[in-house]
Amino acid sequence: MGKLFRQAFALLLSLTAITGLAYPFAVTGIAQLAFPNQANGSLILRDGRPIGSALIGQSFTDPEYFWGRPSATTPQPYNGTASGGSNLGPTNPALTDAVKARIAALRAADPGNHAPVPVDLVTASGSGLDPDISPAAALYQVPRVARARGLPQAEVRTLVNRHIAGRQFGVLGEPRVDVLELNLALDTLSVARPRR
Amino acid sequence: MTVNDLIQVAVYLAVLLALIMPAGAYMAAVFADTPSRVTRLGAPLERGLYRLCGIRAGEEMDWKRYALAMLLFNVLGALAVYLLQRIQPWLPLNPQHFDAVSPDSAMNTAISFATNTNWQGYGGESTMSYLTDMLALTAQNFLSAATGIAVLVAVVRGFARRSARTLGNFWVDLTRATLYVLLPLSLVISLLLVSQGVIQNFKPYVDVPVAQAGRYTETVKDAAGHHVTKTVPVTTQTLPMGPAASQVAIKMLGTNGGGFFNANSAHPYENPTPLSNLIEMLAIFLIPGGLCITLGRMVGDRRQGWAILAAMLVIFVPLALGCIAAEQAGNPALQALPVNQHASGLQAGGNMEGKETRFGIAASGLFATITTAASCGAVNAMHDSFTALGGLVPMWLMQLGEVIFGGVGSGLYGMLAFAVVAVFIAGLMVGRTPEYLGKKIEACEMKMASLAVLLPCALVVIGTAIAVMTPAGTGAAANPGAHGFSEILYALSSASNNNGSAFAGLNANTPFWNGLLGACMFLARYPLAIAMLALAGSLAAKKHVPASAGTLPTHTPLFVVLLAAVVIVVGALTFLPALALGPVAEYLMPLH
Repeated sequence: MGKLFRQAFALLLSLTAITGLAYPFAVTGIAQLAFPNQANGSLILRDGRPIGSALIGQSFTDPEYFWGRPSATTPQPYNGTASGGSNLGPTNPALTDAVKARIAALRAADPGNHAPVPVDLVTASGSGLDPDISPAAALYQVPRVARARGLPQAEVRTLVNRHIAGRQFGVLGEPRVDVLELNLALDTLSVARPRR
Repeated sequence: MTVNDLIQVAVYLAVLLALIMPAGAYMAAVFADTPSRVTRLGAPLERGLYRLCGIRAGEEMDWKRYALAMLLFNVLGALAVYLLQRIQPWLPLNPQHFDAVSPDSAMNTAISFATNTNWQGYGGESTMSYLTDMLALTAQNFLSAATGIAVLVAVVRGFARRSARTLGNFWVDLTRATLYVLLPLSLVISLLLVSQGVIQNFKPYVDVPVAQAGRYTETVKDAAGHHVTKTVPVTTQTLPMGPAASQVAIKMLGTNGGGFFNANSAHPYENPTPLSNLIEMLAIFLIPGGLCITLGRMVGDRRQGWAILAAMLVIFVPLALGCIAAEQAGNPALQALPVNQHASGLQAGGNMEGKETRFGIAASGLFATITTAASCGAVNAMHDSFTALGGLVPMWLMQLGEVIFGGVGSGLYGMLAFAVVAVFIAGLMVGRTPEYLGKKIEACEMKMASLAVLLPCALVVIGTAIAVMTPAGTGAAANPGAHGFSEILYALSSASNNNGSAFAGLNANTPFWNGLLGACMFLARYPLAIAMLALAGSLAAKKHVPASAGTLPTHTPLFVVLLAAVVIVVGALTFLPALALGPVAEYLMPLH
């Protein structure tokens, strides 16, 4: 028993050092050399300073921006240090109420639009940090954004279409639009073409 | 269900089958009794470790000593995880200055990671220092998985050896599983994940300015003790950092499942693209699937491994398709609202609450089925928000005992217990002493196999009963009605089968829940493993029985169906009443 205990203790320490120190340091070293951008968070840089991540969504509520997925993080939506979903069950009245309120907000910002709302635009993501919306959800918002910015709808629609990423290799996952990148491109477009 | 949903499932299964064959053959070589060429590269390191630890590699252990070594190693490992969490504020690599983890939460996490459950009672990005992530969590991900593989290899030796007293050396099997199987595969997978955007660094969290300033209101108490709401402006977003990829790779490969971040594999830094999602799903089944092939090779009849694998797939594939179909049909409660839940070329549609846009329905439903069929427990969508039937699938897969692929090692030794029960039932029908893999199955084997089959079932049912009879238990449910009961049943099913996923609305980071689930995780893991080692010890001592005309062949479609039926009947008989009160009631409940 004493011998077994000493062996257990020594092997635990050795294998912990290999798997808990050597291995993560080795992965970090190779990753920082081979994939420095991805390993450091896929940051979007402007003038050398990070202004966001291509992988982490931000909260948009103004009519002149495309809105992302509702986020259940607390206390504020898209809180990067407290990821998580709503965990509301499908039959929970709180879920139905939240969806109703989101539909009302979308309709209030765009009174003429009576089309059914794409489901991803009124349901909270799993991470609360989802960077994407579906192409349907982006196209649904085109009239509102164009009006708020005084841009022709066709031009905004073209911008959205340029930002659609298809399924990976044509089969995996779902087509999507990165909301932060789309909105940053929209700001650039508005600066280049001042409002009428 | 859309055509693309089916294509994604088919792509997954095709790539998986192509990968598990070489993986299984490789593992058979690693654990062969005679040293094989595949271990040559690491042999100097392996020998050095044995010298350092005073281990004689040729020293064989009987089943009792093997079990004792396993238990000692795991208890020490759990203590180390507990200690590291408690003293993390005084250790390096803690750039966010996280405080010590509370004693009950640290105890729960220690048991959870040592038992390969990885129930996540904490939010990673707001609790654990980088050093705790690495030394406690990443290391235990490796070692708990290696423990599972070692026990499985010993159990298989019980079938393969004849008139033998010993099952191998636990230290050697553990070291080989770590050095030759888990480490190289994790290295490759972690770099593949980084290439897709999983982070891997030691930087402090990064503050970025937000494109559109926001605000939120919070209620605080003023000096006079009155509640006042105040508006807080939001001008920056804090992006979490850390060595995630190295932990995520082994979290999937070792069917551990404990996330680097609270949102687990739904977090874009933990699972950024559909390709990273495919890699993570493949990593979950790679070793549990490969070990079926290893089993066939070690017992000298490859068809036996294929039969077990076929029985797993017979149960897995229909349940995966069922889960995806239920989620793709959308949430009935939203049907009356002006919401478009239909799949098209422009959106996944379906029940998107708790799911990520990049994964949609197919990649989320498939992930949920895989992670609960195996005892992984990582999630890329919130199971709590699945539809009633979509959520029933992952819950029932855990209740089947985590033998449909199951945990690395533990899944297959659990399935072997079911196989022993299956040949016993067949033996009763024809009135012959049952045999399996050339060994007679007698009273001792049946006792141990029954214990292994029934123990997790008992823990789920008794644990759920305790939780629903106590205010501390029911008070944790976040959703009303039948779904609240489902949250409780899911938590006990998860802990008692060492899965680790959750209907995460349940507020389980309380002393009551940390204690109850901690006990279930411990009791499900070690007594079961010891029972299987006892079974193996008894088998190893027996002579080989050559197959005769009266032997039930165990590589035929007939046996595949029999084995799958035994798994399903035990799972259905035990849990149908409880499931009727949870997901089934929720499905049938009229909508208000």
